[in-house]
This record gives sequence, C-alpha cells and structure tokens, in this order.
Amino acid sequence: MIRRNAHIQVCDLNVHYRSLHVLKDLSVDIPANQVTAIIGPSGCGKTTFLKSINRLIDLDDEARVSGQITVDGLSVLGAGVNVTEIRRRIGLLSQRPFPLPMSIYENVAFGPRIHGLSNGRSFDQVVEHYLRVAGLWEEVKERLDAPAAKLSIGQQQRLCLARGLAVEPEVLLCDEPTSSLDPLSAQHLESALKDIKHDHTVVLVTHILRQAGRLADYVIFLYMGELVEHGPAEEVFNHPQKPHTRAYVAGEFS
Amino acid sequence: MAESWIERGLLPRQRTRPGHQSREARGQRRRLVDLAGHKVTRGMAVGAAVLVLLISAGLLVRAWPILRSQPLKELLLGRTWHPMQGAFGFWPFIVGTLWVTAMAMAIAVPLCTLSAIYLAEYAAPGVGRVVKPLMDLLAGIPSVVYGLWGVLVVVPLIREHVGPWMDRHLGHIAFFSTSANPTGYGVLAGGTVLAVMVFPIIVSVMEEVFRSVPDGLREAALALGVTRWIMVRKVLLRRAFPGVIAAVVLGFSRALGETMAVLMVVGNVPQVPRSLFDAAYPLTALIANNYGEMMSVPLYDAALMAAGLLLLLVVLGFNLLAQLVLKRMGKVA
Amino acid sequence: MKRDVLWRIEETVMRVLMIGATALALGCLALILGAVVWKGLPAMSLAMVTQCPQGGYYTGAGGGILNAILGSLYLAVGATLVALVLGLPIALYLQLYAGRSRLIEFVRLALDVLWGIPSIVYGAFGFGLMLLIGLRASLLGGIIALSLVELPIMCRAIEEVLKMVPFELTESAYALGTTRWEVAWKVVVRQALPGITSAILLAFGRGIGDAASVLFTAGYTDHLPTSPLRPVASLPLAVFFQLATPFPSVQQRAYASALVLTAIVLIISVLARLASTRLSRFVVK
Repeated sequence: MIRRNAHIQVCDLNVHYRSLHVLKDLSVDIPANQVTAIIGPSGCGKTTFLKSINRLIDLDDEARVSGQITVDGLSVLGAGVNVTEIRRRIGLLSQRPFPLPMSIYENVAFGPRIHGLSNGRSFDQVVEHYLRVAGLWEEVKERLDAPAAKLSIGQQQRLCLARGLAVEPEVLLCDEPTSSLDPLSAQHLESALKDIKHDHTVVLVTHILRQAGRLADYVIFLYMGELVEHGPAEEVFNHPQKPHTRAYVAGEFS
Repeated sequence: MAESWIERGLLPRQRTRPGHQSREARGQRRRLVDLAGHKVTRGMAVGAAVLVLLISAGLLVRAWPILRSQPLKELLLGRTWHPMQGAFGFWPFIVGTLWVTAMAMAIAVPLCTLSAIYLAEYAAPGVGRVVKPLMDLLAGIPSVVYGLWGVLVVVPLIREHVGPWMDRHLGHIAFFSTSANPTGYGVLAGGTVLAVMVFPIIVSVMEEVFRSVPDGLREAALALGVTRWIMVRKVLLRRAFPGVIAAVVLGFSRALGETMAVLMVVGNVPQVPRSLFDAAYPLTALIANNYGEMMSVPLYDAALMAAGLLLLLVVLGFNLLAQLVLKRMGKVA
Repeated sequence: MKRDVLWRIEETVMRVLMIGATALALGCLALILGAVVWKGLPAMSLAMVTQCPQGGYYTGAGGGILNAILGSLYLAVGATLVALVLGLPIALYLQLYAGRSRLIEFVRLALDVLWGIPSIVYGAFGFGLMLLIGLRASLLGGIIALSLVELPIMCRAIEEVLKMVPFELTESAYALGTTRWEVAWKVVVRQALPGITSAILLAFGRGIGDAASVLFTAGYTDHLPTSPLRPVASLPLAVFFQLATPFPSVQQRAYASALVLTAIVLIISVLARLASTRLSRFVVK
C-alpha cells in the first residue's frame, strides 16, 4: 500500500528506443508533496522519463526500460507489478488534452466507476468535487451531460485534471500541461496545480523556465537524457553549479 | 492559497480506508476479466485463421473421391464433360474461366488506369467527393442485378449492334466472328459485365497506390517543365508499377471468383471458345448450375467440390501475391 | 517548339480519355440503375410486396415476393449479427492486444485471404458442413454460409475504423489505470461507434445481395420463413430463378425483386454514410 506522501526514488534508469539511448543512468529522488519541475531542452527524454514512472511506456513496443523506480518503497518497474494500480496511483496530465468520448460528467466519473468509489460518496459528489478542484465547476455545472469534446482546449485540460484526480492518485505527472493553452487557461491550471500539491506529489515537465520558477519547489535539469543537476528550486535557479545548467537557466539555449 | 481541501470545507479526507479491501478484490476481478478477454479474443482470431485451413481441407476431403479416381492431368486437361458417363474433363471450364476473365481485364485495365490517374492526379477535390460515393455504389450492387443488367442491356447490345458490326468488318477472322453464336450470350457479354464489376476495386487500389507516391517526386519532374501527363507516364507509373500490377492481380482474382452475373450472360456451353462471341462455361458457373444434380450422379459432387478447390487455390494464390506486393510497396514508400 | 505542341496535344487527348473512362463507368452505373427501375417499376404494386407467389414460384402468376423480401432480411440480419459477434472481438484483439509475433502476422494474412475467397466457395464449404451435421437447406444453413462471407468484410471494415482512434486517446485512458478490456469496450468502441455502425451496414448490404453462398445452403421456397430449419427464399435467388422462366408474369416478380433488392442496398449505403456523421456527438477529434 502506498501512503499518501509518496516520494519517488529513481535508480539507474535506462531507456532505449530501438537503437537510441534516450535516458542514461538516471538516478534521482523526487521529494513528496512538492512540485518538482523537470527542465531541459526539447527531446532530451523528459516525456520518456514521465512515462517510465507510470509504466505508460509499456504501450510502446520498441522501448526497452531497465533500472529501478520505487514509489515510497514499492517497486514500479519489473514483472509481477500490478500495472493498472500503479497507473491509478500515479496520474498523468498530457500536453494535449484528450477527453474521453463521453459527457463531461462521465469523463470525471470514469475512473471512480472503474476502480470503485471510496466509502460514503456518490458519483455526483465526486464529480462536483473534482471539477471544483480543477476550477471548472462553475463553467460546466449547467451542462454536465454535454459532450466533453465540445469544450475549449483550456476547459478540456482542466477536465483532464479533474478526471485524473478523481482516481485519487498520490502522484501527478504533468507533461507540459499548459503548452496547448491560452494564457488565461494556463493560469487557471497553474493555480490548480499549486493547490493540489498539499496532498499530492507533483512532477511537472516544462520548457517554460518562468513557469518552473513560479511553481517549482524542487528542480531537476535533464540534458540529452542525462541528469545534470538537481536540487531545491532556489538553488538551481539562483546558484546553478554546472555550466550547462547555468547556460540553460540564463536562457542561452532552450 | 495555502488552504487545503479540508480547510475549504470540501469533502472529508479519508485516512483509513475501509473500502480498501474491496478495491483490491475489485482489482483482481478486473484483471481476471482482462485476462479472460485476452484469451477468448485471441482464440477467436486464431480460429478465423484456422478457418482458411478448414475450408481448404473440407473441400479437399469432399473432392477426394474424384481426385483419387483419376490422375490430376486427365482431370485438368480432359476435354469431355459427361458426368453421367463418368467423364470429368475440366479443361473447357478452365479455359472458359480464363477467356472471360481475360476479356474482363482487357476491357477494365486500360479504363481503370486512366480513371485512377484522373482521380489521383487531375481531378479537383470536389470531383472525388462526388465520384467516390458513386464508385462505392457501383461496388455494392449485387451480382444478380449486374446479371440482370447484362441480360437486359449488354446481351441485346451485342446481339443487335456489336456482333453484326464485327461480322461486317472483321468477320473473316474466327476470333471476331459471330457465326457460331449470334445470340449475344458469350465471352464478350460476360467479360463486359465482369469489367464493370471489378472496376471500382481496381480503381480504388490504383488510386491509393498513386496517392502514396511522394509529392516530392512529382514536383521534381514538373519542375523540369514537362506536362502533367509526361510526368505521370515517365515518373508516376514507373514508380507505382508494382502497385498497379497488384491492383490488376487483385481485380483478376475478384473476377475469377464471380459467379452469378457471369452465369447469367455467358451462355454456359462446356466448350473451348474460339471467338469473342462464343459461349463459355466458367468454373463458378459450373458449380452454381449443377449443385442440384450433383447428389444423384456418382462422383458429380466430388467433381464440383474439386472445381471449387481449384478455384479456391487459384484465387488464394493471386490474392496473396497481390497483397504481398501491396504491403511491400507500403513499406518501401 | 514542335515538341511542346505535341506534348500539349497529347496532354489534352489523355485528359479527354481519362474523363471519358470515368464517365463511362458512371454511365454504366446509371444504365444499371436505369434498367432496374425501367423493368422493375412497372412490376411493382402493393400486392407484389405483401404477398407470396401464388401457384408456385417457377410457373405461377400472381402474388408477390414477400417470401423473398422477408427471407433476405432474416438471412442478412442473422448473418450480420453472427459476423459482428465474431468480428468485433477479433478486430479489437488485433488492435489492442496483439503484439508483433509471427502468429499475429499469420492471422492477419489469413483474414486477408478470407476476404478474397469467392462466395461460391463459402457456399460449397457451407454445404459440405451442413451435410456433415445433417442440416438440410434452410435459413440456418444460409445464415452459416452468409456469415462466413460477411465475417472478413466486417472484420476488415471495423479494423480500419479502430485504426483511426487516436493513440493518445487510448493512452489517456490507460493512464487512469484501466485494463485493456476496459479501454477496448468503454473507450475505443465508444469513440469508433459511428464507424462501427457504418461497417455493420456495409457488411449487411453485401450480405443481402449475395446469391452464390445461399444458393446451396438456404434453398428456396415460395412460403414465408417459418422456422430456421426450413428452406427460405431470398431476393437474389428470386431474381435468378424467376428471370429464367418463360412466363412473363413470373419474370415480373424477378424485376420487382431486383428493384427491391437494389433499393435496399442503396438505402443501406446512404445510411452508412449518414451514420458516420450523425452518430459522432461524443467523438473526440
């Protein structure tokens, strides 16, 4: 059983895509109940890293993963692990929102319907609660039965947040969640993420340094699939140790 | 914004989880369902694959009596078909099938190629939107309706116009003479009807093949200042050639297997045709026409099943060939 | 200079030929539909679609083709249901469960092969099967043979539709901790519903028009379908048998059958197209 304040330990994680070595000997600890930002230039394996944590990388036939990832002591990788439970406990918010082909209500209720509800709550309660957390309730409360596909992109992303939280994960992985959104929706989403960190460990991949500056408590800098530097946000941004980090933080490349 | 959900008066936090056990049990059940689903659907898929073998084996078993009684060469090359007397020579039917199908291909292939090039390279997008549904319609028309059309339109056309015209101008060549059979029911009628039937599928495969040729190639050719047709002839067709052949082979195998429409217009005389206008008797028509009598004459049913088996193997072979070529093209392109 | 002119002439000539070829094919479509209507419309009457043939289907005048209409509907609905129940799971397996093993390649190849088998071969096989289990020419036999014909069509059409479901959508669903079975039925099928409906209609349309497979296996009768174990009439065979008689009144029934059959196929075709657009309320782009 994973306690609520999970923290993630990654040990010698290596990921190969066909002949490409995407993640190299990655070892890092991600602290609990904080927002950890993973920064670095595009294509350096940030998304691959996230997908390894919640085993979504299994869906790709051509990826080979080795190493160890434990969430609060329990192993994520390897055979014999209950993958669906892992994925429930470690949620993922993607770059582009993909609502399920159902109504708004059913989108949020989808997870609870499948996994079963925790005691005492009804589906109506759960749906309303998580839509509120995601900051979407006021906008959709009159039309919960409308197709989710008809929402704007900003609304869809918040819906995906509500949907992901409704299964009560301990960790929420976010893969550049505001990159498809307009500034106002992005703001909404960022404030929602800040709210939930009290009960979840948030891992946020972003290529917007300012966003990391706003949200992050802890920072991990990946470059070309390798871990270059990590530490509390204040240190990494203001006193970066490695030359690459210094250059990236200064905006010299992106 | 340091309030947690509890402070904001929303749902109470569930620290202890009385429901946890049932969630475990539920999870187990779901995994079992998933596993069962996997096994069942895999069984069904493999079953479908096995079906092919079953059908071949089934036909072989039922055809065995005749395959055992006579050497294969005699069956395939024998020219006499007298079931009552135990003579089962398939040659006229094999040749009949080939004549009708070849006729259909001779008519269809040039027309299909032209049409496919037009649709893929020349036509405005709006044209495709109109033509495609119509082609689908053409493909969906039942075989017997094609046969009916053949009887009502094609056969009289041949009997009253095409036949006499041919006789007047080319009648001295046996191939074009109607002297043996002026009724209009024959190879030409069968070939024409078949050609229209396979038109949609050949065109659709060809069109897809043409569209899969990368634009860069077209642009490179056109940039040299040639007309569109020159580009098509020298670059597109050359590059898409295997696909074009595959489309033709696919159409050919479709035409080989066609039964009802051909049956209604081809004359059904077990002879080796000598002219476009002669009657023929394809294998499919043989099977369809005689299923009624086949149980009453010894070896007749085995013979018909053997015809079916032959048909199956030939169609299978051509089909596989075409699919392989198309897949190879897909990978290369 | 001269070559340029030659090229232009060639281009124009080829254009004319190309458009001509396409127009020819479409013209044939018009001719076919025209012939069916020209002969079929005069033969139509209320009695034609509400009665069975009087006095035998080969020789008797009077009555109608209700036996064939109902028979065809029963055959096609039955076969389409069987093909759906078998075909949808197979397509889901190939899309969601199957890896890249040799076995799967063989299965795909076999399905392609099944798609190309002529329907008369299915009829012959079905007939042999019926002999084996002691089934006579009947509605049930016809359904068996016809579902063999429809299965590869259904499977291929559904697979095409499933392929169009965006991968990221299924990925999002998996990220919530769902099993493949749940994703298949709760997400993929929902998303692909318009296309699956089209596929069903497509298979139905092909099935109702098929004569060669039911020729051996369904028999023929001029009575309405009563039991799955008795022979049943069908529209394609109604055309085939009744056209060949020398009695004009019987031929009338053949023309009417052709018209009804073509009309059904046309309506199904239109419905299949509509299904794609009308049912897509919840579909995610």
